[in-house]
Amino acid sequence: MLRRVVELAARRRDFPALATLVNGRRLAYLDSAATALRPQAVIDAVTRASTHDAGSPYRGVHALAEAATTVVEHTRVEVARFLNGTAGEIIFTSGATAAINLVAQAWGRAHLGPGDVVVATELEHHSNLIPWQMICAERGAELRLAPVDDDGRIVLDRIQFDRVKLVAVAHVSNVAGTIAPIAELARRAHAVGALLLVDGAQAVAHLPVDVEALGCDFYAFSAHKLYGPTGTGVLWGRAGILDAMPPWQGGGGMIRSVGATTSTYREAPTRFEAGTPNVIGIAGLGAAIEYTHAIDLRTVHSDEARVHRALLAVIRAAGGRILGAPEIAVVAFELPRVHPHDVATLADGEGVALRSGHHCAAPLHHRFGVAASARVSVGCYTGEDDVAQFAQALAKIREVFP
Amino acid sequence: MTDPRALYHDTIVDHDRNPRHEGPLPNATHSATIDNPLCGDIVTMRFVVEDGVIVDAAFEGRGCALSRASASIATTRAFGQTPEQLLELAGKFGQFLQSAPNDAPPLDLGELEVFGGVRSFKSRRTCACLSFRALTSALRTS
Repeated sequence: MLRRVVELAARRRDFPALATLVNGRRLAYLDSAATALRPQAVIDAVTRASTHDAGSPYRGVHALAEAATTVVEHTRVEVARFLNGTAGEIIFTSGATAAINLVAQAWGRAHLGPGDVVVATELEHHSNLIPWQMICAERGAELRLAPVDDDGRIVLDRIQFDRVKLVAVAHVSNVAGTIAPIAELARRAHAVGALLLVDGAQAVAHLPVDVEALGCDFYAFSAHKLYGPTGTGVLWGRAGILDAMPPWQGGGGMIRSVGATTSTYREAPTRFEAGTPNVIGIAGLGAAIEYTHAIDLRTVHSDEARVHRALLAVIRAAGGRILGAPEIAVVAFELPRVHPHDVATLADGEGVALRSGHHCAAPLHHRFGVAASARVSVGCYTGEDDVAQFAQALAKIREVFP
Repeated sequence: MTDPRALYHDTIVDHDRNPRHEGPLPNATHSATIDNPLCGDIVTMRFVVEDGVIVDAAFEGRGCALSRASASIATTRAFGQTPEQLLELAGKFGQFLQSAPNDAPPLDLGELEVFGGVRSFKSRRTCACLSFRALTSALRTS
């Protein structure tokens, strides 16, 4: 039964972690881009699956095994609907990182060779860069990085598409907060017969995702950035493409027939799910998607846009330099003469959780000429009181580092 | 939980803002660079050792206030010491940072006692240690 949760105050009551006191202060959680907090509905779903759906899915005929299978299959359908794909195109993984490695290894080994090119961009998270470095080195292929401008936007006309077999791009940058022109990238990639993989880790909690409208061939995301559990993720792959891919990891559940020295494999998506699936995480992911329906992400998005503007104003008022021109409320910045680690530690003292470092996007930091930055990011529970607390924290930081 | 402002003793902020001996040391006899790949911070410690005594020292790099201040203080402690004496100090400093927050600091730590607050913030220990790991690497390769 869908429960509408439209008010910020009501949404906040759903997230028990928000009751945490940090150094005696209320928690202002501004690190949702690293991991989102989890609503009670997800926590309950995880507990329920641990308690009742406790069998091994696809591997037994008894009641608990059936219950586990039902959880996995029900969630597969829910995820497919969430992305506007079909259930047969949904592969469960341990996260976006594993999903991208799966494509790099399974598709890459079969399709990349000397002279072939993979295009990634300067703004990629390491999870959408290192797997391509690895497979390109292994296959003798070339990895090309598409440049971004000072706003953190991909410069489409400077991408060279000759010999390109696959384009790998983040839907939303986890540093610059910019939205990539996915549909246009898909058109240009397909024009040369290349595939498009989209890392949706930062997008799924903030944008409606429709893989058909985007025109991509692979879409990866992690449950824990969508209010779900860690250790759970999804790879959506276009049906015809998945069916033509060899398996990546071998093991139980993915085989059709096993001989002593050779085996045959099942069809997608099962072919790519060797080993016992993470039933508990998948149950949590299903509840997280249901929760995003309940809160209506479009309503949340307009709330987030207001918070986003307030964050930008506070950072600028404190003399901070913002990296790029964020379109989503993921804002990386540097304060003059205060190192991001010191910003983050002192902010924590004021109850403000923010991220410091290179956010697993070292090339983009090089592009912006900084070694590290601090980052604030929002979730459906973030309000203007959190921004005010962040502003107070920035003032305290200036007291310590005048 | 400890108030993080306890981390930022006036002495640490002072060494961050007014670092001693920051810059190159062209005639260095001993040097080493250590980085922290997790955060991108990097520090190079350089020394001139003559007749078994450190006669000049400098640091370069980028990092947070804790790593800069520990590098700066390390250079001030180096002058007139033998490499062995500075290595002994590095060992004591490392033990100090691993000790419980209320443990008494070892003798001879001097100004480095201002890093006591780091003991309550495990994630920041590597910041305070970075320069001492570099100087240990530099002086052990003699």
